[in-house]
Amino acid sequence: MTDIPLTNAYQNWYRFSRNPTAMIGLVIVVICVLAAILAPYITPFPDHVGAVTNFRARHLPPSAVNWFGTDNVGRDIFTRVIFGLRISLLLAVVVLGIAIPVGTILGMAAGYFGGWTEIVIMRVTDVALAIPPLVMALAVAAVLSPDLLHSMLAIASLWWTWHTRMIYSITRQLRTQEFIEAAETLGASKFHILFREILPNCVSAIAVKTSLDCGFVILVGAALSFLGLGIQPPTPDLGTMVAQGASFLPDYWWESVLPGSAILFLALGFNLLGDGLRDLFDVEDVR
Amino acid sequence: MKPMLEIRGLTKTFPTRSAFGRATGEVKAVANVSFAIERGQVYGLAGESGSGKSTIARMIMGLTRPTSGSILIDGQDIAGQIGTRAHGARVQMVFQNPGASLNPRRTVAQSIAVPLVAHGFPRADQPRRISELLDMVQLQRAFAQRYPHELSGGQKQRVAIARALAVAPRLLVLDEPTSALDVSVQARVMDLLTDLGRALDLTFLFISHDLSLMRNFAQRVGILYLGEIVETGETPAVFEHPLHDYTRLLLASVPVISAEEEAMRPIIPLIDGEIPTAEKLLALRGQTQGKVTP
Repeated sequence: MTDIPLTNAYQNWYRFSRNPTAMIGLVIVVICVLAAILAPYITPFPDHVGAVTNFRARHLPPSAVNWFGTDNVGRDIFTRVIFGLRISLLLAVVVLGIAIPVGTILGMAAGYFGGWTEIVIMRVTDVALAIPPLVMALAVAAVLSPDLLHSMLAIASLWWTWHTRMIYSITRQLRTQEFIEAAETLGASKFHILFREILPNCVSAIAVKTSLDCGFVILVGAALSFLGLGIQPPTPDLGTMVAQGASFLPDYWWESVLPGSAILFLALGFNLLGDGLRDLFDVEDVR
Repeated sequence: MKPMLEIRGLTKTFPTRSAFGRATGEVKAVANVSFAIERGQVYGLAGESGSGKSTIARMIMGLTRPTSGSILIDGQDIAGQIGTRAHGARVQMVFQNPGASLNPRRTVAQSIAVPLVAHGFPRADQPRRISELLDMVQLQRAFAQRYPHELSGGQKQRVAIARALAVAPRLLVLDEPTSALDVSVQARVMDLLTDLGRALDLTFLFISHDLSLMRNFAQRVGILYLGEIVETGETPAVFEHPLHDYTRLLLASVPVISAEEEAMRPIIPLIDGEIPTAEKLLALRGQTQGKVTP
């Protein structure tokens, strides 16, 4: 590549770095991702991830040794929160890894081809949009056994609809643009028009949406676990930890409040980052 | 010799619909238009916005299907060839607004490569061909890696011209190619097109509302009024002895700067940018009888 796109990247970074909330969001996200990746090396008690018990250290309040205190079987909550970030981030990556390609391709096809393609895709999308993801996840978990894979599939099976609607509305606007007509008169294939002409113009909206969505997916995943339909103990999951700690409120408040704060922190980071990206790219179609 | 482009009885109507989607009537955008362009000639199609100029261009390019009538390029009817390589290799178009006709997210080289890829040009030869095309439109080769927002309006339109010429068409449709450009840039783009036309033996269909440009550029003109060609002929004849009221009105609307030009133009009270109705034209004829030159 030449120096020109690099100059753009530098200018974009400069504008982004002037935006304090966006920078806070980025810092939070980077900290959480690094912590999740390096969890076995940075946590004080990596063996507390499993079914370890230490009844002499039950319900210890936060201290210099156990920063977030210990739970009802004596495990270090800080260690389990850091490992819990892994599950939340994995959930977000897998759900969005399915939802974004599916939603983007369907949205572009509906917006560009119109006619029956549009009618079929958009009506199916409308029906799917009417089902709350949590209800769908409850139904899937009730039919299949509750575990991480199933909650990912349940969330992903509905999440693509938001992306379909967004990409559809962008594509509808782009379709009447002269550069799409120019590509048609120049003989470009449908594949070329969809993936080379339209898709590059959706990238900034997708980036913003992805960041905002990470926060939402993590919240839905945590809600599922809280209801006992997501990740099962002893795997450390933030939602499960909040649920378990809730039975010891208010005396041992740290057991639910601190894992809950971690969910809040992570979701907040992604939302601030998404808002910052939205300001940077100046996209309006993203909710 | 067969004309490069021949249009016979071309008509396009659009249905109008009520709020409930029921057809209530139709609008004639183009009504029974016929004209022909000889090889190597420049034919100017003039008229205000809404007169059907762009609809004709879109039908030639296959972006809109005609309601009736036929379009022959080099003697062959295009009806069965819409969207084929054969059609694209014979006729290409330069759009009105170069800011909108180039994808903002793709570099100049990527934009110019679109027709090359679509027409199966060998991948290995593409960079050479792109440089050649940039030379043709007098842009530096370094522009290949730039994005449209880094170019001026005139430079963008040169890129659009290079892209249209990539697969060496014989006929070029220019839909208001300079109306989005600064006046000082217009002349340079028109000079470039004239030179390219001579060098590559191109035939042009030049669509514009700018009659002063048309006078310099086109050998024959057709005046389009409400979808119909009301007057056609050699450019000097039409411009010096306009026969139709609407042609006179258009000529009277051209801004002039010198006294000689002022003396040359018909004196007709201007109306407000709307397309005049036949009644208005007749009323004008009554007012200006005797004053109209010569």
